Amino acid sequence: MKRRDFLKSVSGLAAGAALPAMPSVVSSAYADARSETLLIVSEGGPNNLDIHGVGTNVPGYEVSWNCYDRLISHEMKSGPGGVPYYDRDKFKGELAEDFKIDDMSVTFKLKKNAKFHDGAPVTAKDVKWSLDRAVSVGGFPTFQMSAGSLTKPEQFVVIDDYTVRVDFLKKDKLTIPDLAVIVPCIINSELVKKNASEKDPWGLEFTKQQTAGSGAYKVTKWTAGTEVVMERNEDWVGGPLPKIKRVIWRMVPQAGNRRALLERGDADISYELPFKDFQEMKASGKLNVVSLPFSNGIQYIGMNVTKPPFDNPKVRQAVAYAIPYQKIMDAVMFGLANPMFGAAKDKPTEVAWPQPHKYNTDMEKAKALMAEAGYANGFETTISFDLNFAGVNEPLCVLVQESLAQIGIKTTINKVPGANWRTELNKKEMPLFTNVFSGWLDYPEYFFYWCYHGNNSVFNTMSYKSGEMDKLIDGARVAAATGDTATYDADVKGFVDLAYSDIPRIPLYQPFVNVAMQKNISGYQYWFHRRLDYRAMAKG
Amino acid sequence: MLTMIGKRLMFAIPSLIGVVIVTFLLTRALPGDPAAYFAGPAATKEAVEQIRKKLGLDKPLIEQFFRYTNDLAHGDFGNSLTTGQPVAAEIRNRLPASAELTLLGLIVSIVIAIPLGVLAATRPGSWVDHLCRVTTTAGVSLPVFFTGLVLVYVFYFWLGWSPAPLGRLDVFYSAPPTVTGFYLIDTLIARDFEAFRSACSQLILPATTLAIFSLAPIARMTRASMLAVLSSEFVRTARASGLSPATVIVTYAFRNAMLPVITTLSMVFSFLLGANVLVEKVFAWPGIGSYAVEALISSDFAPVQGFVLTMAVMYVLLNLVIDILYGVIDPRVRLEG
Repeated sequence: MKRRDFLKSVSGLAAGAALPAMPSVVSSAYADARSETLLIVSEGGPNNLDIHGVGTNVPGYEVSWNCYDRLISHEMKSGPGGVPYYDRDKFKGELAEDFKIDDMSVTFKLKKNAKFHDGAPVTAKDVKWSLDRAVSVGGFPTFQMSAGSLTKPEQFVVIDDYTVRVDFLKKDKLTIPDLAVIVPCIINSELVKKNASEKDPWGLEFTKQQTAGSGAYKVTKWTAGTEVVMERNEDWVGGPLPKIKRVIWRMVPQAGNRRALLERGDADISYELPFKDFQEMKASGKLNVVSLPFSNGIQYIGMNVTKPPFDNPKVRQAVAYAIPYQKIMDAVMFGLANPMFGAAKDKPTEVAWPQPHKYNTDMEKAKALMAEAGYANGFETTISFDLNFAGVNEPLCVLVQESLAQIGIKTTINKVPGANWRTELNKKEMPLFTNVFSGWLDYPEYFFYWCYHGNNSVFNTMSYKSGEMDKLIDGARVAAATGDTATYDADVKGFVDLAYSDIPRIPLYQPFVNVAMQKNISGYQYWFHRRLDYRAMAKG
Repeated sequence: MLTMIGKRLMFAIPSLIGVVIVTFLLTRALPGDPAAYFAGPAATKEAVEQIRKKLGLDKPLIEQFFRYTNDLAHGDFGNSLTTGQPVAAEIRNRLPASAELTLLGLIVSIVIAIPLGVLAATRPGSWVDHLCRVTTTAGVSLPVFFTGLVLVYVFYFWLGWSPAPLGRLDVFYSAPPTVTGFYLIDTLIARDFEAFRSACSQLILPATTLAIFSLAPIARMTRASMLAVLSSEFVRTARASGLSPATVIVTYAFRNAMLPVITTLSMVFSFLLGANVLVEKVFAWPGIGSYAVEALISSDFAPVQGFVLTMAVMYVLLNLVIDILYGVIDPRVRLEG
């Protein structure tokens, strides 16, 4: 290319760029669309639209919850502050018209007018295929199903086109609740089978990209990491037709911008904001901020009991007396949590979980216990936390570090990248750490089974093992299944007491799930999965 | 010229192979176990192993590498686990978003910085010179995410002039059919002027943020190079011959001062692509930078490798374009293969 040609062609481009003046037409449809559309902003979005997929993340659960139906779901009751809260003990049919629980099985009659998004009727064989899939694909869904003793495809029996029976392997109080969690969703089996391959018999690749359910919404557009657009399914029979026609869910990584969008009135709902923002927005009163405790969830300080010095219960108690509980509540959580400490001395243990323990910040007692344990001069250790939740974990660990230094425990803070956290937990080598655990199924024995039982699941992060504890937990599970309330109560009280006297993990608080929304948004419901249920929401 | 381009591209091949090997090894050396991460919070050891097998991470490193290069040769960059999409498709979708923003930022920056630099050079010590010094120093010393946040605060939150920082288009407009991937061009092709306005107004703040950041090197380099040229003998001759100041400065001095400026531009363009990462985060821009960072945080190998590889290819091409431009601007520059 010659120099002159080049210069000429550049000026040609410039001339082309000078365009005629733009007509400024703003469609009237714009305003209508807004009033029927819910705009949600959050930090992260789904990575998979199917909860059965490999590594589906938590935002993906929200899509599954709203786009698929289950056989049954929970009724609502009035929760803290009058916010509708799911009732863990009451169930209603979603795809099931009615269901009958027998001694060793439960039979579901399906709604005959239920249709998948593509118009195919929902039949018993879709139900069987979907439940078979949940117990067979492996990974998280299979694990979650097994929590309710649902492990074998033979348990799901087709009686006729619209009747399915689920057989129990053993008596387990968690089987029915486990059929109402997100995982046992009913999938359009014919559609997915058509798109499955030999390598992928369950069609996971297909359902990752599109929803194939019968739920109240269907995904019409999904740009990973940017937005999800969902439209209402006009033929939904799982409940009353939702009021919101369209849901646009945008990912806005910057928390400050999410707050600005809310305050300017551009976005309707946001979660995942810093606690300080939630507290300020609550105080200003321009927006509705709903704060509800995580059901069955606790943030705690854990100690590895297999290695010195934390193998000594005296040391653990000393630490429990040295934690600056109130400071953490005020400076880290800005009051947005339920304290899990400092219960009155004479308060009887309840048959409930979570409940506060009786430790308080008491440096003198802590020092005395350290001396008794033979560590009058203290020791050195590290305290680890998950960087994914650094907003809470970092200040929390700094406060704990400062406080422990006063009783001679010198701690180094170890920040573990999110990707590595689970690996580290699995290794069970961290001596001192903070973490959160919360169970979908809201029963004390469920929590304790995962966190304190000697079978040493990932969540028994302390590697705590005690024959007595196992006996109490197993006892409570059996008692729950057989309806033996007296034994159940005694066992639950027993394991809570033991957990607090042995104190391998120190509960700090029950965190809140915080959601901020415009004043004209109504119908927010709290669910065990803590994600939004668009079906009950309304705007205006 | 074509043989020259061919030769240059040939020379790029070894560096690309190097990039492939290094990124592969680097991503494997990252801390964190993707299998445990993607198995989810409630996974058992067996579940983690199942996932490891599914991801092919149980195979020896060398086998993983050959499988990876084989896939690359077939144009398959692998699948991202965080977004669940094929990496090649994601990069294809996201690169135009980043490129549109970066180019626009660069153009805004050039339009301001070059005249500013020229004026500062022709009147050293004057108020224009001081203005140039102050703006560039301020621009380069403010971190991009900070400038971005301040702009959002002032123009969106406070004044309400700018639309919500929600990416490339207002939420209620749909994207134009993809032709170039640049919304400004695609909306015009689709004759969707409403969407064009929306895309334009969404671009203003992020592009300004990038422009403010890149003013300094361009303006300073223009000024320095103009000063050198203005004091050279041919300018003195031109002036002595009675040519008008405008002719002297624009036709003679400026063209000669352009070479170092072009070099700087190529550098600025490449580091703007990097600075993009933060701007994309602030403005929820669906670009390639935020994609790579998210992947890195979750130990998601494939997108990181894809990103580095794409960037490497872009640098090679950019350098080639700059070399060709040299030849066009200054016929004395001979291009050697």
